[in-house]
Amino acid sequence: MGNPRTMQKVIFFLLGAATVAVIVPVALIFMLILVHGLQAITPEFIFSAPRAGMTSGGIFPAIVGTLYLVLGTAVFSLPLGILAAIYLTEYAQENWLTRLIDIAIINLAGVPSIVYGLFGVGLFVMLLNFGTSILSGSLTLSIMTLPVIITASKEALNSVPKSFREVSYSLGASRWQTVRNVVLPNAIPGIMTGTILGLSRAAGETAPILFTVAAFYLPFLPRSVYDQVMALPYHIYVLSTQVPNVPVKIQYGTVLVLILIVFIMNISAALIRAKFRKRKMW
Amino acid sequence: MIKKAFEAFIEKAIFLSGITTIVVVVLIFIFLIKESFSFFAANNIFAIISGRDWYPISYPPKFGFLPLLMGSFLVTLGAIAIAVPVGLAAAIYISEVAPGWFKEILKTGIELLAAIPSIVLGFIGIVVLAPFIKNLFDLPSGLTALSGSIMLAFMAMPTIVSIIEDAITSVPKSYKEGSLALGATHLQTIRRVILPAASSGIMAAVMLGIGRVIGETMAVLMITGNAAILPSSILQPVRTLTATIAAEMGEVIQGSMHYYALFGIGFVLFVITFFINLAADMFLHRKRR
Repeated sequence: MGNPRTMQKVIFFLLGAATVAVIVPVALIFMLILVHGLQAITPEFIFSAPRAGMTSGGIFPAIVGTLYLVLGTAVFSLPLGILAAIYLTEYAQENWLTRLIDIAIINLAGVPSIVYGLFGVGLFVMLLNFGTSILSGSLTLSIMTLPVIITASKEALNSVPKSFREVSYSLGASRWQTVRNVVLPNAIPGIMTGTILGLSRAAGETAPILFTVAAFYLPFLPRSVYDQVMALPYHIYVLSTQVPNVPVKIQYGTVLVLILIVFIMNISAALIRAKFRKRKMW
Repeated sequence: MIKKAFEAFIEKAIFLSGITTIVVVVLIFIFLIKESFSFFAANNIFAIISGRDWYPISYPPKFGFLPLLMGSFLVTLGAIAIAVPVGLAAAIYISEVAPGWFKEILKTGIELLAAIPSIVLGFIGIVVLAPFIKNLFDLPSGLTALSGSIMLAFMAMPTIVSIIEDAITSVPKSYKEGSLALGATHLQTIRRVILPAASSGIMAAVMLGIGRVIGETMAVLMITGNAAILPSSILQPVRTLTATIAAEMGEVIQGSMHYYALFGIGFVLFVITFFINLAADMFLHRKRR
């Protein structure tokens, strides 16, 4: 080991080995889910409700429930998150209030998901009396997603060059006109990317919906926002820990569907980012 | 005229949205305090923290937090002991050593890992990891603190790797060039120049990793065995703070002491993660200067 060159080679090899040791299991997990999961995927599995104590049938109510929750989360967190980001980048001064908001966002991002669940029970389910419902679940997930959307939108807004705003002001536009006509159109791709990523996290979360919306078994679809729904993440939890004798195929199939939904969202976010990066002219 | 009114309205909305984040954090804090107040008021705080028994539904109920705190501590310690060295190695390799094409593959792999929902990793933990641990150590059950630590290390990896990587890439190129020009090898440069310069970013990564691991709920609920007993080894089942809330909130009678106790656990978790994130942010800010 006397020779620093040899030493370097050995150490670099070990670093590489450690990295591969992280990546290989990821690949294996995907292969496992794909191989086992695909055996379960049939039109019946996708489009019918669980039957016979969840040991046969499909997962349609859980798929629909998760889509409703993502939609509900978008309805609340999108406007709130984007407007908050606009405030922070375009309006806020460098003062204690702004610093306080920044700290709030940082801590919101770090709050454990189960604590969001508790908060959702306390505020939405109990105090506001929304009950365990799509409304309560979506609101809880929205709050969890908020920091992701704000941070991503802030970054997108900040990446619009200052000169764009100055030109707009010099033409006599007001601040809101500048934001509306100059800044936002240029920041939209970045905002969309961050938002979709945030929502994909919401789609996969379990802890915040455990007590605010998720139903153990509900073979029909919800009729209003005050109804409970089944959801894919919670359904995976139920299948793998709460119900005995569920065929492995069904468990993997459910996991595969959730992974697909999450990944379709992630990939579309990446595509949007790639497409608009090319078009950027500054 | 209408346009002006609209503009005033939308600007109000923008300001209120900004304030909302503070309001939400304060609301969460207030709710946790409000709901756990009667628990902390009725019980001696020191007795709770040092209580060795968590029997919330026996008569009389016992609300000792110690097994849960120890469970969280043990699982977190194990996870960080794995995730920090491996994550640091991966971050150094990706940012300094790996050739371009390989680097992209590795980064994509890390991003994929970050996108996997925790419930899915919990499921994989049950069907793959736990049987493996069970056979490896010849245990009655593979649902142990160690299984939880391994899975959580895996989950914390994307956070740790990407933040350390950022920290390494933001070290000025001139530092590296100066060191190489003086005849140091690439490895010596990494050890003596780049890592020290990136140290506060690395600390932030460790902090955020800890925050991520302590707060993780579903995977630990599924693979740590869920026994609220004081663990004496990492090969025993444990019950973390988060898993306790997730496991018991569904069955608790609203307004009972048990219900308030679960909010008490939530309050403890909130305070712990609050300070961890504040510390992480401090390290990140120091880096920028």
